[in-house]
Amino acid sequence: MSRIKEELKKKILVLDGAMGTMIQQYQLGEDDFRKGWFEGHDFPLKGNNDLLSLTRPDIIKAIHAKYFEAGADIVETNTFSGTTIAQEDYGTQGKVYEINYHSAKIAREIADEFTAKEPNKPRFVAGSMGPTNKTASISPVINDPGYRAISFDELVEAFKLQANALVEGGVDMLLVETIIDTLNAKAALFAIEQVFEEKGIELPIMVSGTITDQSGRTLSGQTTEAFLISTEHAPITSIGLNCALGAKDLRPYLQVMAKKSPFLVSAHPNAGLPNEFGEYDETPEMMADQIKVFLDEGLLNIVGGCCGTSPAHIKAIANLASQYKPREIKNN
Amino acid sequence: MKNYTLKLSGLEPLIVTPETNFVNIGERTNVTGSRKFLRLIKEEKFDEALDVARDQVEGGAQILDVNMDEGMLDGKEAMVTFLNLIASEPDIARIPVMIDSSKWEIIEAGLKCIQGKGVVNSISLKEGEEKFIEQAKKVKMYGAATIVMAFDEDGQADTYERRIEICKRSYDILVDKVKFPPQDIIFDPNIFPVATGIPEHNNYAVDFFKATKWIKDNLPGARVSGGVSNVSFSFRGNNAVREAMHSAFLYHAIKNGMDMGIVNPTMLEIYDEIPKELLEKVEDVLLNRNDNATEVLLDYAESVKGDGKKKERDLSWREQDVKGRITHSLVKGLTEFIEEDTEECRLLFPEPIQVIEGPLMDGMNVVGDLFGSGKMFLPQVVKSARVMKQAVAYLNPFIEEAKNGAVEPNGKVLMATVKGDVHDIGKNIVGVVLGCNNYDIVDMGVMVPTQDIIKKAVEENVDVIGLSGLITPSLDEMVDVATEMEKAGLDIPLLIGGATTSRVHTAVKIEENYKKGQTIHVLDASRSVTVVERLLGKTSGEFVSEIKTEYEKVRVNHANKKSQKRLLPYDVALENKFKIDWKAEEVYKPNFIGNKTFYDFSLTEIIPFIDWTPFFQTWQLAGRYPRILTDEVVGEQATSLFADAQEMLAKIEKEKWLTAKSVVGIWPANSNGKDDVFTYSDESRTEVKDTLHSLRQQTQKAKQLPNFSLADFIAPKETGLQDYIGGFVVTAGLGIEPYVKQYQEDNDDYNAILLKALADRLAEAFAELMHKKVREELWGYAKTENLDNEELIKEKYQGIRPAPGYPACPDHTEKITLFNKLNATEEIGVELTESMAMYPAASVSGFYYAHPQSKYFGLGKIEMDQVKSIAERKGMEEEKMKKWLSPVIN
Repeated sequence: MSRIKEELKKKILVLDGAMGTMIQQYQLGEDDFRKGWFEGHDFPLKGNNDLLSLTRPDIIKAIHAKYFEAGADIVETNTFSGTTIAQEDYGTQGKVYEINYHSAKIAREIADEFTAKEPNKPRFVAGSMGPTNKTASISPVINDPGYRAISFDELVEAFKLQANALVEGGVDMLLVETIIDTLNAKAALFAIEQVFEEKGIELPIMVSGTITDQSGRTLSGQTTEAFLISTEHAPITSIGLNCALGAKDLRPYLQVMAKKSPFLVSAHPNAGLPNEFGEYDETPEMMADQIKVFLDEGLLNIVGGCCGTSPAHIKAIANLASQYKPREIKNN
Repeated sequence: MKNYTLKLSGLEPLIVTPETNFVNIGERTNVTGSRKFLRLIKEEKFDEALDVARDQVEGGAQILDVNMDEGMLDGKEAMVTFLNLIASEPDIARIPVMIDSSKWEIIEAGLKCIQGKGVVNSISLKEGEEKFIEQAKKVKMYGAATIVMAFDEDGQADTYERRIEICKRSYDILVDKVKFPPQDIIFDPNIFPVATGIPEHNNYAVDFFKATKWIKDNLPGARVSGGVSNVSFSFRGNNAVREAMHSAFLYHAIKNGMDMGIVNPTMLEIYDEIPKELLEKVEDVLLNRNDNATEVLLDYAESVKGDGKKKERDLSWREQDVKGRITHSLVKGLTEFIEEDTEECRLLFPEPIQVIEGPLMDGMNVVGDLFGSGKMFLPQVVKSARVMKQAVAYLNPFIEEAKNGAVEPNGKVLMATVKGDVHDIGKNIVGVVLGCNNYDIVDMGVMVPTQDIIKKAVEENVDVIGLSGLITPSLDEMVDVATEMEKAGLDIPLLIGGATTSRVHTAVKIEENYKKGQTIHVLDASRSVTVVERLLGKTSGEFVSEIKTEYEKVRVNHANKKSQKRLLPYDVALENKFKIDWKAEEVYKPNFIGNKTFYDFSLTEIIPFIDWTPFFQTWQLAGRYPRILTDEVVGEQATSLFADAQEMLAKIEKEKWLTAKSVVGIWPANSNGKDDVFTYSDESRTEVKDTLHSLRQQTQKAKQLPNFSLADFIAPKETGLQDYIGGFVVTAGLGIEPYVKQYQEDNDDYNAILLKALADRLAEAFAELMHKKVREELWGYAKTENLDNEELIKEKYQGIRPAPGYPACPDHTEKITLFNKLNATEEIGVELTESMAMYPAASVSGFYYAHPQSKYFGLGKIEMDQVKSIAERKGMEEEKMKKWLSPVIN
């Protein structure tokens, strides 16, 4: 059994918080996104955060370290948009392998440093695989509902490339996250299984969906349980929900997940809902109060933060989580 | 024992536990089972097709079965399109989808469209263990459950032992080798008809029940499903017995553990409400409780039904009065007694004409009502018309003698196939159906010039004009007729019909050219009566304004849709051509180069190649052969029509009514890397003999999909490879006229139409046979091919034979080059009309492409930039080219 699976038996593991919010604090300029790699690139690259793993690895490493210091057991690689599909908007799809490989490598390096310092608290790296910016079961053209901007096969190809590079860069597991369209996620899982088969390995897979609003459905229209059933065929270690909602609003759907899931359950909510300026203003204490409710109900095995969360939030969550036992799988 | 739960999902979950009641699978979104759905898909009326799906969900279906297996459809594309559209309808997408196809590639394409966990229908050991494992692994990776048919290398299981043997073997392979979740396995252990009269069938239901129980007891987690209505095929037409059988069957099947199935809820009696006596007899049959159970139920069924359906010849109807007998003959299409009865009637009435006005018309009204309410089918109606015509022919001399006028018909309809077109089967059927309903038909035949139509319409003072045509240039001819009618100041309603016509074309292109009268598109023969009745009836004004509003809407929609279509510039489409990685070993040097004529090909050799499914379509009977013969709705009619066809085919063969001739050619050829293919005089390839011009798709393609052109399948000159192209013209219609004429003189439209339909089938079969001959011998690139007719129909062979005027090359004028190259008119007597139709009509022509990657595709719409380019390359005036290609121009 892998080290991480052993740890998951013993305790609730803590995932890191937002990457974007942290990067903002560095107030980077266009040059930071080009340095050494994309000096002569034709399009503006500022805002394409995944590139920073190549151009400013120092910053990404520092952020990973801050989350580990705050008590996170797992950090996510800086690869949320690291597919050829998402990078195409910037004309950087040719560097997707490098983005993922180096992102994995620097996260690995920091994780190993922390494990060496504190061997009884091993640290892990999850390869983050975002949803891409195109959906396979929703038409982007209102009056042409049968149209699709992307096909299953194209998604599989893109995710294969990403998963392969993340694995070669040394991640401990893969995290298919912020799933707004389950068909995209199925393509990612299909791709991951192919990569595992080709490489003759099997790493833990985390799956995390996104309930878009109070209707309780994913963007592609599925209920929490339907989403769970649709991905259950894959060799998953944990399934859960992240983003879009704050912890409070996420609770009813997380309860469904905890009740029905034959796998471990994860959650990494936002720091509340964005205010009118698009900022998240739930404080670490406020968020921890909400997370405490989840823990009291025994819903979770993995917990962390998404948009608007900082090392302070993670620290509060980690302190809390250490006082609880992980959820036991009763289903199947 | 472990508690297995089958979990499926659409937008919402469907959980099947041991406590769950029977799960109902919606079956109307299946082109093989629903004529309506097939028509909607074919005509791309997706909104209405979605309504069919929605009705199923609202009606309580918990899983939606979607099947697009139909020869005339691109099944894969239809599956993808429909599933994508369903995904956008939350009230339908709510429930899981069952992807139903006999072709794995369609199943796989479907699996790539559904976000939920669906069900595959089906996989089996039919093609061996290796394929089974491969498909099961894929199903698992895509995250679906699957139906597994009790079918193996030796065929379909029909005994208890075979059923459990195959299911056990399938289960073990799935669970042990594939690691397939046991709860995702659903067996279909084959429901077959019982009470067929064949003793071996008596235990079919019992075996199914036992197998179901065995599966549930011995294969943990597995479920059982099946198509229930199969069991009662023997009682087609007797719904009382069928419904009782279905509920009794389900009662016992569910008791034995059946979990789900395809059941038409309207064909289901409540078990407790089945009359005791009937139930007992039905259960005797299902449970095979005694040896004569079948006979007892058959006898009892007669009494339940009331109107004797005995196997032996029943002449009890002869005991009715003469009017009743005449109605019976008309409804049943029996000619045997009609003259005798007509004579008897004649003596009862003072005037012979009154026999027509009275008993004969009364009988035909019954036929019309039955047809109108879907209780009779087209072949029966055509047979009724034959009886009617014979009765009228018998009376005619007496009427002439009495000289007191003829029967007042409901109206006069002129029918014509337009200039340049030779196809008339559909037109003749419409003529017969209208004739049955007492309309006087003026049939002008085929290739009728516009001016003749107008002249005749005025002379005969007709009430309606009906135009027919099958090939695309006929669409333009119809526009021309409408324009000329307008100029001539006519206001006679104009009906448009035929395979390539459509409501959209009629509304957009024809109606507006003829303001004085109303133009109406008629979808098929069965609609013609209603349309003409309403046009000539009291509410005609209302009807016309309804049509006008409808067509206006069609025009607006069309205009909106048009602006949405995004086409690529021709040069961009050319860039995105289908790029074959040319290898010398995939370019085959033919055994034979040049032209070869077969002057009198044996019909006996051709007959086994017939694809029967389109034959039934001609008669408006929908379904796949051979399944159509046992179809719940049209099975009886299809069987009887098929028997008539076999009988006539035997005569055609034995008495050599038709002569089959063909000419084929294979020529050295290379493409220019774009859309022109040069054919050379000889192997030195120094002199270009003819240039063939292909059209290229201009639709915006998804990433990595090419814009196809047939020219892509021929090696470009620059590759240095010596490639070839072939061509053919075949006919099976030579010598048909005297026989058709004889039938028409005998007032036997049924056989006249039957003969033409058979000649068409023979021509298609001949084309199939010649293609095989070319593949295996003349070109010889596929010597090892060993395909049965079923596989030929499914086009499982290498290489294609597209025909000019059809989807891959809609340019009819390529036929000129083809005919010249083959010297076809001189060699085998097939002529081209000015609209590029072939005469005799039972002819097929096309090109041969041999490359393993060549495939059929639809051109879709093109832009004027390509029209300009091809006109220039062909040396044809742009306006002329535009006219020929107008159906495909955006």
